[in-house]
Amino acid sequence: MAHPPLVREARPPTRTAWAEGVDRLRAGATTEPGRLRVIGALVAALVVAFGAVTAWEISDRATAAGNVVTRSQPLSADAASIYRSLADADSAAASGFLAGAQEPQDLRERYEDDIATASALLAKAATHTESTSASGREIAALNTQLPQYTGLVERARANNRLGLPLGGAYLRYANERMTTKLLPAAERLYTAETSTLGEDYDEARAWPFVGLGLGVLALAGLGWAQRRTYLRTNRVFNHGLLAASVASAVVLLWLGIGHVVARAELEDAMAHGQESLEVLNDARISSLNARANENLTLVARGAVLAADGKRDLYESQYADGMKALGRRLAQARALADDPQGGLPVTDATAKADEWRKRHTAARATDDGGDYEGALAKVIGGKGSTGECFNGVDAALEKALAHEQAEFTRAAEGGRGALTGLPLGAAILAVVGAAGAVLGIGRRLSEYR
Amino acid sequence: MTRSGSRYVGTGSRLRGWGGVAGMAAACALTAAVTLLPLSRGAGDGQGPDAAGQGVARAVAARADTCEDPEASLPPSEADGPAVEKIKARGKLIAGVDQNSFRWGYRNPATGDLEGFDIDLVRAVAQDILGDPDKVVYRAIPTNQRVLALQEDRVDVVVRTMTVNCARIKDVAFSTAYFEAGQQVLAPKESTVKGYDASLAGKRICTAKGSTAYDALAAKSFGAKFEGLTVSNQLDCLVRLQLGEVDAVVTDNALAAGQAAQDPAVELKGEPFTREYYGVATKLGNDDLVRRLNHVLDEYREGGEDGRWMKAYGKWLKDDLPGIKKPPEPKYRDN
Repeated sequence: MAHPPLVREARPPTRTAWAEGVDRLRAGATTEPGRLRVIGALVAALVVAFGAVTAWEISDRATAAGNVVTRSQPLSADAASIYRSLADADSAAASGFLAGAQEPQDLRERYEDDIATASALLAKAATHTESTSASGREIAALNTQLPQYTGLVERARANNRLGLPLGGAYLRYANERMTTKLLPAAERLYTAETSTLGEDYDEARAWPFVGLGLGVLALAGLGWAQRRTYLRTNRVFNHGLLAASVASAVVLLWLGIGHVVARAELEDAMAHGQESLEVLNDARISSLNARANENLTLVARGAVLAADGKRDLYESQYADGMKALGRRLAQARALADDPQGGLPVTDATAKADEWRKRHTAARATDDGGDYEGALAKVIGGKGSTGECFNGVDAALEKALAHEQAEFTRAAEGGRGALTGLPLGAAILAVVGAAGAVLGIGRRLSEYR
Repeated sequence: MTRSGSRYVGTGSRLRGWGGVAGMAAACALTAAVTLLPLSRGAGDGQGPDAAGQGVARAVAARADTCEDPEASLPPSEADGPAVEKIKARGKLIAGVDQNSFRWGYRNPATGDLEGFDIDLVRAVAQDILGDPDKVVYRAIPTNQRVLALQEDRVDVVVRTMTVNCARIKDVAFSTAYFEAGQQVLAPKESTVKGYDASLAGKRICTAKGSTAYDALAAKSFGAKFEGLTVSNQLDCLVRLQLGEVDAVVTDNALAAGQAAQDPAVELKGEPFTREYYGVATKLGNDDLVRRLNHVLDEYREGGEDGRWMKAYGKWLKDDLPGIKKPPEPKYRDN
């Protein structure tokens, strides 16, 4: 009978080792030192996981917040500048054209500055953008269209200088290209960049749920371990576990408060900065469109009619532009939350109202047959609609600068609230885990 | 009937259609070809707003009995009536003109002055009525304002490449014809396009939206591509031509001459294939002014080669629209 058991023992050695390990664990869980070892390992792991997840989640959010401040918002602002420069170039070209064969120097320079700005910003945007992305395609389209547009404007100038009405036809064609090809592409670029900004923003303000959950879990685990120790030993404090708890609580508080502050700052940046910026940019572009069309009404001299065959095309487009400007200014005033932001908008609104009045008078002069008189009322100096337009543009520029500063300040604050948190969380987690292990080890040593 | 019927080959089928409906004899149809063809032309300048008027013109033309010779005007007279006296009392003639049509009515950017064939005519009218060609207030009026400006007494006369047609004589009164124009092809000098014929095959042709030229191509295109190549103003066609986006332009030859004058590399090709007349318009009922205008025009046309009409033609139009030997003959009606 002695033989078969020997054989049985020799045959499944692996199974025995496995079973033995399980047995030992089972024994560990049933004996106090064993339990302490398991508890120590679990609590330390929880604290480490909490720290690691916090560091990871927050560095993600910090990166996103950094992207908002340093990449996507500037790109969105650049796209708005590209749009604005193009619309401004178009309006300057038309104003200069109206002034006659000899274009005024300041308008010529304004046009050239606008084209240079647009080209430079397009080149800058291209370096930050994948050429296959939606933004990349719009940038490529703009790069193709812009030289064609400037070519048409130069042809318009050459013909105008020769005194040929063909110049006006070229200018209208250039304007058509601008409004049907370039500006829509610039607008799509702006929309794409702004939606990237929205994504970065959403990413930056997303709650770090996993980190917060693990933090609560780690603290609960530590609390339970300490309570267990207290119940068994009647010792109130285990120094190691206490240190681990403090470290975890600090990380949790830091995470919670840091995130709430960052979130609030970012929301402030978006709500008060970015939204105002978008509305103000729209307002500025509406006023530029209205101005270009006001000029073109005089360039075309009634030669082109709107789709209904009755109204002048450019006059009706001017009216659309002014309506849009009025709407945007009302929105901007509602959004402006401080006097520095509100005053320029009020100023722009007043100037736009004056512009409308002067425009009506200029139209009446032109319709009465006094073309030269109307011209003076539109592109002349004091008392002209051009004066009002410049006033609107300058006021909006001031408002935009203010809102941009507000945005940057708040967004920087948001990003700043997260500074150091990933590293701090990592260090404190290591400290906490070490504390937990040491604390449990201290108890464990009592069994040796 | 100074021109042969074979020139109107392009719109002949349409005319036969009308003739058939009216049940006219062949001779009548030929007469109709001369009198109705101008009616198929809605716009003096081939622009959009006249498209509607064109439809009306056709409807009227179909009832040819009501409108046979729209360009026939009241016999001339120097007698002053209320309309002429009003101008004299004011001491200024208020003329509605164009400022976009090179060689017709155009504001020269170098001088800021209006100049052209139409403007010379305005000055002749002021000379006759007021004794001074400079006693004129020019009001630049857009195409869509021509009739309204007269009806609202904003201007005394409109001299603005305005085509006389059956629809318009219901709204305004016209003088006798002061110019005869027609649709013609404009292309680069070295182009293989020879006119409104088979040489257009495969070419891209620019026309103004809603213009007679577009309708003519729609009726008979000789294989030319013209859909999707329309523009809002005839001058835009020259832009497209210079940029190589089209191969040729079909428009009113009077305005095409203005285009050719701005680009030495293009010229009018072939012969005009429609006929239409320009008249001086005034408010309906100003019969004394119409008669006076006709008197001015009679004198303006006189003198052959040295007459004022031929001099103005030589100054503004001859280079780009050669071949006109004399002004159009006036036609008068009894009442």
